[in-house]
Amino acid sequence: MLSTVLLQAAGNLGLGYGVAALGAGLAALGAGVGIGRIGGSALEGIARQPEAAGDIRANMILTAALVEGAAFFAMVVGLLVVFKS
Amino acid sequence: MQINKILKLKISTLIFALLFVINSTFAQDHANSENSGKPKKFDAGETITEHIIDAHEWHIVTLGNKVVALPLPIIIYNPNSGLDFFMSSKFDEEAVYNNYKLIDGKIKVVAEDGKTIDEAKSSSIIDFSITKNVLAIFVSVAIMLFIFISVANTYKKAPGATPKGLQSFIEPIIIFVRDDVAKASIGKKYERFMPYLLTVFFFIWINNLLGLIPILPGGANVTGNIAVTLTLAVLTFIIILFSGNKHYWRHILAMPGVPAWVLFLLTPIEILGVFLRPFVLMIRLFANISAGHIIALSFFSLIFIFGEMSTGLGFGVSIVSVAFTVFMMFLELLVAFLQAYVFTLLSAIYFGAAVEDGHHEHEEEHAGQVAHH
Repeated sequence: MLSTVLLQAAGNLGLGYGVAALGAGLAALGAGVGIGRIGGSALEGIARQPEAAGDIRANMILTAALVEGAAFFAMVVGLLVVFKS
Repeated sequence: MQINKILKLKISTLIFALLFVINSTFAQDHANSENSGKPKKFDAGETITEHIIDAHEWHIVTLGNKVVALPLPIIIYNPNSGLDFFMSSKFDEEAVYNNYKLIDGKIKVVAEDGKTIDEAKSSSIIDFSITKNVLAIFVSVAIMLFIFISVANTYKKAPGATPKGLQSFIEPIIIFVRDDVAKASIGKKYERFMPYLLTVFFFIWINNLLGLIPILPGGANVTGNIAVTLTLAVLTFIIILFSGNKHYWRHILAMPGVPAWVLFLLTPIEILGVFLRPFVLMIRLFANISAGHIIALSFFSLIFIFGEMSTGLGFGVSIVSVAFTVFMMFLELLVAFLQAYVFTLLSAIYFGAAVEDGHHEHEEEHAGQVAHH
């Protein structure tokens, strides 16, 4: 009886880790695309208008930080899954 | 209940989960070797956790079986017997001192039979100990006091003179925070926020840099500790709450120029946003700094994982590992500055939104146009 319960628990544990890892991976994917696009556009902007490089760079870092924030929400959800399982 | 307790996971297991793949491949017989007399197998998850979490002693080096560590004072308030004060070296070699025992970094009360742990009493004690992180904060505070008092004195002695020494290093950074962070995002009323912004910027930056130093005065993961980042985020939150003007609160509670039925949706989101902003500030700093430490330690762990397979392989991998770690350290130097900058910049932008003057006439005009169409 105990062994089956333990087995079940171990199965759930594995699943929880797997799903959390998947969630973290997807969040990293989304944030990667987002930050990549920000960086790309910022470089284009700087290439067109090198005198605005300072302003563009500050805004780029700020936007990247906000995109990162969205990824952190996903990370927190992943953490909750790990803690729960 | 028993199983529930087993399944209750701590932060340490989370880090273990991050390294799950490495561990499951190389540490399968870990459980077996623990009971037999053989030396314990290298456990990457455990090693990394030990390095990034807070501790009651400051571990320096382990030579063979001998642990060299700086003992730290332990201060416990026990509701039954009052305050207890002793050094953490009393806990060496899993000793029981004064009915206290250190288990996995937590101080527990031992029951009267001297062996089992009294969970009820353990949860009633309050631990005020000077832990590794607390001492590291003291160190960084001492460094900051030295830097800023000496720089301020040079200004007092020779006002208007050309900056020299430490002054010429600090002045551009203070001007950067003032012009590019505070003035740019707060506007006219930036001056009253400058003390907080500068303090938080230099506190985060210096602690990030100290965290990168592997030996004693550094090496503690202060800004990668969620309690520290929580405190910083709560400070920002309190300042936003108290400096928010009428205009700011009106925009949160009832956005002008928005139809009433949309407000049912918008106002809860805006109120949630007020709490989410400091929450993300907390998570961002914590995750970025902890991730940096975990990556550097993972590269070092690779040496020992391969070294257990064969010594030659360990030496071979160490070259690659050290090269990668050096590269990561350069990246972390950038991240240390960037995270201090981002925390300060976002705080400044939130303060700026809170103290911004309203453009009421313009908005009402705009609202009228919306109603017209």
